[in-house]
Amino acid sequence: MTDTVTQPAAVANSAPDTMAWDSGLRRMMMIYLPLGCFVLILLFPFYWMAITAFKPNAELMNFRDHNPFWITSPTLAHIKHLLFETSYPRWLKTTMLVAIGSTTLSLFASTLAAYAIERLRFRGSPYVGLGIYLAYLVPPSILFIPLATVVVQFGLFDSPLALILVYPTFLVPFCTWLLIGYFKSIPYELEECALVDGATRLQILRRITLPLAVPGLISAGIFSFTLSWNEFIYALAFIQSGANKTVPVAILTELVTGDVYQWGALMAGSLLGSLPVAIFYSLFVDYYVSSLTGAVKE
Amino acid sequence: MSVTTLSSPALALRQPSWLVRLFDYKPFLIVMCLAPAIGLLAVFLTYPLGLGIWLAFTDTTIGRRGVYVGLENFQYLLTDPLWWGAVFYSVFYTAVATFGKFALGFWLALLLNNHFPFKSLLRAIVLLPWIVPTVLSALAFWWIYDPQFSIISYLLVDVLHWRSANINFLGSPWPARFSLIAANIWRGIPFVAISLLAGLQTISPSLYEAAMLDGASAWQRFRYITFPMMMPILAIVMTFSIIFTFTDFQLVYAITRGGPVNSTHLLATLAFQRGIAGGELGEGAAIAVSMIPFLVFATLFSYFGLARRKWQQGEGND
Repeated sequence: MTDTVTQPAAVANSAPDTMAWDSGLRRMMMIYLPLGCFVLILLFPFYWMAITAFKPNAELMNFRDHNPFWITSPTLAHIKHLLFETSYPRWLKTTMLVAIGSTTLSLFASTLAAYAIERLRFRGSPYVGLGIYLAYLVPPSILFIPLATVVVQFGLFDSPLALILVYPTFLVPFCTWLLIGYFKSIPYELEECALVDGATRLQILRRITLPLAVPGLISAGIFSFTLSWNEFIYALAFIQSGANKTVPVAILTELVTGDVYQWGALMAGSLLGSLPVAIFYSLFVDYYVSSLTGAVKE
Repeated sequence: MSVTTLSSPALALRQPSWLVRLFDYKPFLIVMCLAPAIGLLAVFLTYPLGLGIWLAFTDTTIGRRGVYVGLENFQYLLTDPLWWGAVFYSVFYTAVATFGKFALGFWLALLLNNHFPFKSLLRAIVLLPWIVPTVLSALAFWWIYDPQFSIISYLLVDVLHWRSANINFLGSPWPARFSLIAANIWRGIPFVAISLLAGLQTISPSLYEAAMLDGASAWQRFRYITFPMMMPILAIVMTFSIIFTFTDFQLVYAITRGGPVNSTHLLATLAFQRGIAGGELGEGAAIAVSMIPFLVFATLFSYFGLARRKWQQGEGND
């Protein structure tokens, strides 16, 4: 519906020969103004999060005397409280461990699977690919209760290892699909040449296909890392002890105490918890966008 | 690059041990390559999915093996007003949030498809809400929706003087429901916009040139070129969006935990409350399983409803 809103001015003077839509004011109203609103709204919660993290409590709870959009006397008290009086560093470490572990595991599994499906081509390989893809459509909300019992059966309850093993269920389908697309774009002739020269399949994978698929591996890695960093429901259901929690779960369950919320500390925790993914993302943003769009086009 | 690597494989050929030959035997290699992925998915996805359906027909609780009770759990759910409330809110939440996400996301994609300075920077910034852990941005929303120190209330009451009292965003059912939907839309816009932007960029400019020569207005170009060409991508993105909105958990759990008076429970949060927090694994599993028909229906509807349009308009499958 709003789609129509973007165009009404053009409908008003639909004389096709007037190329006036490129005129400055029109462009301003039609593109920059709405774009500005979008950016403002999309970024405001982060600004609010950041500014709250550095505000002293007095300013936080008093909008009459202090302009809420700015800080008059910034403080590091919230961050200090977080780093030295809670187990925040420990949660960060656990989250990092889980994210790196599950990313490595799923990259390993999905590279091999994608190679087998796309390059070893056997009867039924498209169906295996489809099956793995369908696994992506099974949402964690349906799985977490039975998975909790499975995790208990394996004796992994309350252990970060459980998360490392479970996260690939949603990482592998995505990475496999992404890597199949990448392998497809590598000319088959290169592998044929190597086969003629007497290379084994594994040598081809290691020396020819993988080096050429590095951009794909990087995209898959970034995706897996951010997805496992952000994962919540499994971490909430499978981890009980305060020390082993991941950042998103710990902030919500350990820092939210009583009826008076420590908004400064909460926002500082959210900010610090978001920073690693945000930095990681900004380093590889082009890979990220291209893999996101590439995966959709597939 | 590849040319330089080709000299070394000959080495392996000179001493073909049985291991090398085994790994070059195609059926064996296929099995070995697929084993890790299939193994992980079978143990941690397929098996739990089956187990979940089984649990839904038992009265298992935490620490006690259940026995088969047939449809008892489901019969109980059908008489449970909380479950009906969760079904209603899940459907409502999905419908309104999906509509909002796609309307605004499509608009943003059209805006980003123009040429202007710092375009790639802007594209990167726009994706931020999607990158940042949902729970953490949900906390920011919780703070924005604070009854006393909400920044929105401050703007409306003290700056603009449009209202005389603060808005109690999360204190009563309907405002809480819409507040959650707003947060979900905020989080979903970037993904929709960037995916649709990719689709927009694949549309050949020559189509627009031809249409402009024929005298099509901007609206007609949108209606008869952009929109139909976007159908396949819209179908896929919408299917994903509906599935993940319907089964959303984090946002609601972080902001309201289902309250006030259980008015904002989604099926997933209700399943968590009964299954994990309350220990009634069987009943929780039944609630989770009750999501499946809705998901299948929504997927079929959005996928076939939208994808069918593609061949009706005589375009080939690309």
